[in-house]
Amino acid sequence: MKSLAELQAIREKMRDKVVLREDSGEIRVVVGMATCGIAAGARPVLNTFVEEVNSHGLNNKVTVSQTGCIGICQFEPVVEVYEAGKEKVTYVRMTPEKAKEVVEKHLKSGKIIAEYTITNDRLIGG
Amino acid sequence: MIRSHVLICGGTGCTSSGSKAIQQAFVDELAKAGLSDEIKLVQTGCFGLCALGPVVIVHPDGTFYSQVKPEDVKDIVEEHLLKGRVVERLVYDETTNPTHEIMSGNVSLNDTDFYKAQHRVALRNCGVIDPENIDEYIAMDGYAALGKALTEMTPEEVIQCIKDSGLRGRGGGGFPTGVKWSLCAPNKADQKYVVCNADEGDPGAFMDRSVLEGDPHCIIEAMAICGYAIGATKGFVYVRAEYPIAVARLQLAINQAREYGLLGKNIFDSGFDFDLEIRLGAGAFVCGEETALMTSIEGNRGEPKPRPPFPAVKGLFGKPTVENNVETFANVAQIILHGAEWFASMGTERSKGTKVFALGGKIKHTGLVEVPMGTTLREIIYDIGGGIPNGKKFKAAQTGGPSGGCIPASLIDTEIDYDNLTAIGCMMGSGGLIVMDEDTCMVDIAKFFLEFTVDESCGKCTPCRVGTKRLYEMLEKITSGKGTMEDLDKLEELCYYIKANSACGLGQTAPNPVLATLKFFREEYEAHVRDKKCPAGVCKELLTYSIDKDKCIGCGLCARNCPVSAISKTEYIAEGHKLPSYEIDASKCIKCGVCMANCSKAKAISKK
Repeated sequence: MKSLAELQAIREKMRDKVVLREDSGEIRVVVGMATCGIAAGARPVLNTFVEEVNSHGLNNKVTVSQTGCIGICQFEPVVEVYEAGKEKVTYVRMTPEKAKEVVEKHLKSGKIIAEYTITNDRLIGG
Repeated sequence: MIRSHVLICGGTGCTSSGSKAIQQAFVDELAKAGLSDEIKLVQTGCFGLCALGPVVIVHPDGTFYSQVKPEDVKDIVEEHLLKGRVVERLVYDETTNPTHEIMSGNVSLNDTDFYKAQHRVALRNCGVIDPENIDEYIAMDGYAALGKALTEMTPEEVIQCIKDSGLRGRGGGGFPTGVKWSLCAPNKADQKYVVCNADEGDPGAFMDRSVLEGDPHCIIEAMAICGYAIGATKGFVYVRAEYPIAVARLQLAINQAREYGLLGKNIFDSGFDFDLEIRLGAGAFVCGEETALMTSIEGNRGEPKPRPPFPAVKGLFGKPTVENNVETFANVAQIILHGAEWFASMGTERSKGTKVFALGGKIKHTGLVEVPMGTTLREIIYDIGGGIPNGKKFKAAQTGGPSGGCIPASLIDTEIDYDNLTAIGCMMGSGGLIVMDEDTCMVDIAKFFLEFTVDESCGKCTPCRVGTKRLYEMLEKITSGKGTMEDLDKLEELCYYIKANSACGLGQTAPNPVLATLKFFREEYEAHVRDKKCPAGVCKELLTYSIDKDKCIGCGLCARNCPVSAISKTEYIAEGHKLPSYEIDASKCIKCGVCMANCSKAKAISKK
């Protein structure tokens, strides 16, 4: 290594890999990963979130994590988005395709996709 | 794509409690569950909470698992990593109470009392990065300070920055680091040296080991910065051979840095050359003294040299040398990166920054803590350290090991910095903090440290070689009940004599434990001399064990377990009891305490 630019390049490349260990996320995406969630297909959803958050360069801002069963098994895969100072958003019946859209619209641009949320689901909401 | 990191502590504490086996168990279980591509295992340095090791942390949630056994790994993988359910039974107690609701699953280490009050500068990467991977260090802004120093700053500016930051030597003396560098820089020579003192000899101190094990690159970077500032191209790290993990990781780090061109010729194309070598110490305490350390690096028997000439003028191999302690170096890159003002904003007026303490003794959370200078002893012991176990009372804290003194309970609100400790006749030392409760005898403690310095005195000068031995003998006389009041005055006089006349720091500070305990606990010395009693019940020769005949239920456990058959049955049967009581023959008793430990039911045996 002969230049600061090379050092900088390594830092940029590695930064994404260690940022996971810092409590820096302003937004926290939690995927329900209990038996019910996994059976309903939560694993590809979780992996899609991790990949998309990285490819959109949001990993400084967004933490993707998992949780157990939150008790609404019929709506699995369930994904909850926590953001400081805002109300929790619960997305239900998620798929990898929906996950991509949530990253694109909600996490990146701050626009909640109402039609995927629990309040809009035909069994409960509106 | 990696979605979770599992951090496993690979420090000395956790390694000896089995973290290697845990790592292997994770490799196996992750493969079995098909998660090897999603979960990354990282072996880190010390997290600091050694009493709870082996420690495992799962990110991104930061779940803190303590005292993990290899058989627990299956649960962590299947429950937590696969299904996202935290394994509650393994979570450290204090983290299970949710304090803020928005983040689900609040089991993070950062929320525990142990970590909340800490401020990590020197230990910032310990337990966070993989010390065997230079890229992770670089990701945490590693080597950016070296780049900045070499390309944007002159050597004078580097020294000025360290001077302005107020950084002082963390090895114990507290000499301003920037001043030390500036004394060496102007001296002309064909070769100059930078030396890192990692000969951590104080019983109970292990922060230097943890930095080398957890973040070895920060020492390499700081030594290169120092080399640039003073015009040295060669450095040595003198580290104890008793620290095998630290030595191995440091060597690996040096190799990686050479490969990346961060050590060697023409670093960052600046024309600056610097390289490092490790020298192993054989564990002599005196080799922590800078001139003895340099003599040892030269290949000679580790003995101190008189000063002047100071090492800045004539040090290692007769060349100008700067020698700093590991923790001192651990602060340097951060200061260059964030500026002198940032560092000077922490701490007290004359002691800037933070200090790492190794908490040990009668305290709940044995481990490493880093707090801003000026934090009170009370905060360290009660808020961070979790207080004294078993409901005992705090009596005193010993700082600075065999060179330091003690802080009694009455001074628990002292703000800890270099000058406040010196003012009460204590010493910061390297940061060993041994907590003592009411069951500790202060005379015995002084004797313990004197025994250490008698052993470790190199023998070169008479005051230290003979003086410490005589001090030890006087303390022995007092603890065996043969002391006189005149002995106390003689003891004090000899202390001052040794302090004033010894050749190096070892002898000059050796009497400190005696002087400090004499100052704060004189009544305890007097009790040993005048009343022939040890108030804490430690000094064997002053104790008598006796059986309360009316409490004794006559079970005979004491008599059966007495190694010298000093206990026998009497004819006395206490009211309400069926069997005759026992008694101890004081002339035969060796005061081992076995009888008392066995009398758990009736609690009829006491010592006085």
